[in-house]
Amino acid sequence: MRRILSVLMENEPGALSRVVGLFSQRGYNIESLNVAPTTDNTLSRLTLTTTGDDLKIEQITKHLNKIVDVVKVVDLTEGAHVERDMLLVKVRAEGAQRDEVKRTTDIFRGQIIDVGPATYIVQLTGPIDKLDSFLSALGEAEILEVVRSGVAGMARGEKVLTI
Amino acid sequence: MEQLSGGDMIVRALEDEGVEYIFGYPGGAALHIYDSIFKANSVPHILVRHEQAATHAADGYARATGKAGVVLVTSGPGATNAITGIATAYMDSIPMVVISGQVQSHLIGEDAFQETDMVGISRPIVKHSFLVQRTEDIPSIIKKAFYIATTGRPGPVVVDVPKDLTHPEHKFNYEYPESVSMRSYQPSTKGHSGQVRKAARLLLNAKRPVIYAGGGVIQGEGSELLTRLARKLNYPVTNTLMGLGVYPATDRQFLGMLGMHGFYEANMAMHHSDVILAVGARFDDRVTNTVSKFCPGAKIIHIDVDPASIAKIVPVDVPIVGPVTTVLKDLDAQIDQQQSSSERTLPDAGAIADWWSQIDNWRAAHGLWHGRRYGDSDFIMPQDAITALYEATDGEAYVTSDVGQHQMFAAQYYKFDHPRRWINSGGLGTMGFGLPAAMGIKLAMPDAEVACVTGEGSIQMNIQELSTCAQYDVSVKIVNLRNNYLGMVKQWQDMQYDSRYSESHYASSLPDFVKLAEAYGHVGMEIKDKADLEPAMREAFAMKDKLVFLDIFVEPHEHVYPMQVAPNGAMKDMWLSKTERT
Repeated sequence: MRRILSVLMENEPGALSRVVGLFSQRGYNIESLNVAPTTDNTLSRLTLTTTGDDLKIEQITKHLNKIVDVVKVVDLTEGAHVERDMLLVKVRAEGAQRDEVKRTTDIFRGQIIDVGPATYIVQLTGPIDKLDSFLSALGEAEILEVVRSGVAGMARGEKVLTI
Repeated sequence: MEQLSGGDMIVRALEDEGVEYIFGYPGGAALHIYDSIFKANSVPHILVRHEQAATHAADGYARATGKAGVVLVTSGPGATNAITGIATAYMDSIPMVVISGQVQSHLIGEDAFQETDMVGISRPIVKHSFLVQRTEDIPSIIKKAFYIATTGRPGPVVVDVPKDLTHPEHKFNYEYPESVSMRSYQPSTKGHSGQVRKAARLLLNAKRPVIYAGGGVIQGEGSELLTRLARKLNYPVTNTLMGLGVYPATDRQFLGMLGMHGFYEANMAMHHSDVILAVGARFDDRVTNTVSKFCPGAKIIHIDVDPASIAKIVPVDVPIVGPVTTVLKDLDAQIDQQQSSSERTLPDAGAIADWWSQIDNWRAAHGLWHGRRYGDSDFIMPQDAITALYEATDGEAYVTSDVGQHQMFAAQYYKFDHPRRWINSGGLGTMGFGLPAAMGIKLAMPDAEVACVTGEGSIQMNIQELSTCAQYDVSVKIVNLRNNYLGMVKQWQDMQYDSRYSESHYASSLPDFVKLAEAYGHVGMEIKDKADLEPAMREAFAMKDKLVFLDIFVEPHEHVYPMQVAPNGAMKDMWLSKTERT
């Protein structure tokens, strides 16, 4: 089962490598990883998606908590939450495809953020499956390059991940 | 406020921390620190002959005293040589602070001379690590390093210090912090009371209970409490390889060690138990054998200070996260309360008596200490050598070991009645551990008898430390069970590879250990005759101020038994001799 773990950790050198190292060391899988500073400049927030049964996720959570730099760990998938991934895709936009890509982008409520003579860069935000469907909806358009931010997420309602 | 250089700060911080010994080896990036050591002349430094030995010596010191061992090495090869010892300490949860010199800050990342990314290379085998970035942070980092190393589940902490930050001319305010608090590191201080209540109920209603105690009980100073609890309940106790000494070996309730080379009665009792109280043990693969067949009828209570140890291998019925001392005290109080409020007598004395008679039958059938369970030969039997050591030291020695058959024989035949006396690399299984570890212990406790049980394979992995022993008059006794093979490798080759001794035989090239010991200024003794064994052992220990190397020629083809059947065996499936299995 796919899980989203949100981690608050000290904004210290080496903290990220400890988290990533834990996953490779213990044979856990990271599907996506997103890390950035928070409004508190002593803390970074890391969101990662992984897969595993309850037992495995429990172990991952425990081991994450054991890392001295880690302040808090939450499994967002345990409760109601929102999750967003951001996609940038560069597509060949020539001839008939130029309009077709534009139409598909509108349907998915994406934005074209760069227009070249023969290419577009499309930006799209949403849950993973929306981004996946967009990529397949591009159909015959030639995809030149794809980059995704990795999932970021938050619990819904009053629940707050803070220290 | 006092102004100190980074180098002086490190030495002063170690002094303020109450450090008794630094084990180390100098080199370029650590030279400012070494100059500070020389000038301060406060904390004694032990110069080893290889950085690996520094870590093992600090490790042995830590295991015997309960205090953090301290290591100082230089960058690059100094740091990488320390890695095996750090990993050894990590696997056995031993408190250790390793200070490593690093190349100057502006050279980091440039592949400078003797540069290695110590924080990176040690990351998977440390509890935590620091790369010092400002000289003024040194006192607080050292304080944190000791705090992290010694609290919760202990472990090694690396402090990597770039050379420029220790420069003698750059001085900053020095104040050693009194205490530490870290929002991201708060080890558990108390077990959950509801869980403790459940555990007490389960224990009191057990009919076939076993207490399974590991190294965590020693680390957490819980041996006395555990012994008291076991005696009060009259429940059998087995100790892991790391836990030997938790429960007194000569006590009637002791079943011996469990696991791969565990005692028949211990493994049988575990397999047939209905309730297991696991304390400070981690269900290692050398204990459980095939996990899916592990103790099928048992409910498991698991006490550990590390939540990640619980339910890692085996599902647990009552998990309790907390320090062994507070949890055992709470458990003891709960047991009292439930006993006094129950209408029935708890535990069920009849059931426990039946259980003991079953255990006594197992002991009589194949118990290692209930009859001679090994053969004889013209050579000295290795088991007899350990027994002779036990008798010559009245069972009171600190015994270190290396890794292999000799380690298992020592674990089986030296009856440890106290915690912290049996010092071995259980988790990582590091050959070369025994001699330097013994050095660390002897320095900490000069009046104690310290023996290193080893083999001619293991001892050669850190034999250069005979020189360190000479320099500091470290009068340990080396008990070399010489069988001319890498014994445990040979045993597996006998059992699984039709006795094809691939690279496990080197008899023709072994040194004359007696002469070797003498070359370093020590005493060497060669023992070949059975009749000489006991007198030689006593003679060696009578030489209080001498390091004695006892080179004991033992039966080359002896195997360690019992040995659990693998793969696919349960705890109860054991080879009891070369031909007999359960």
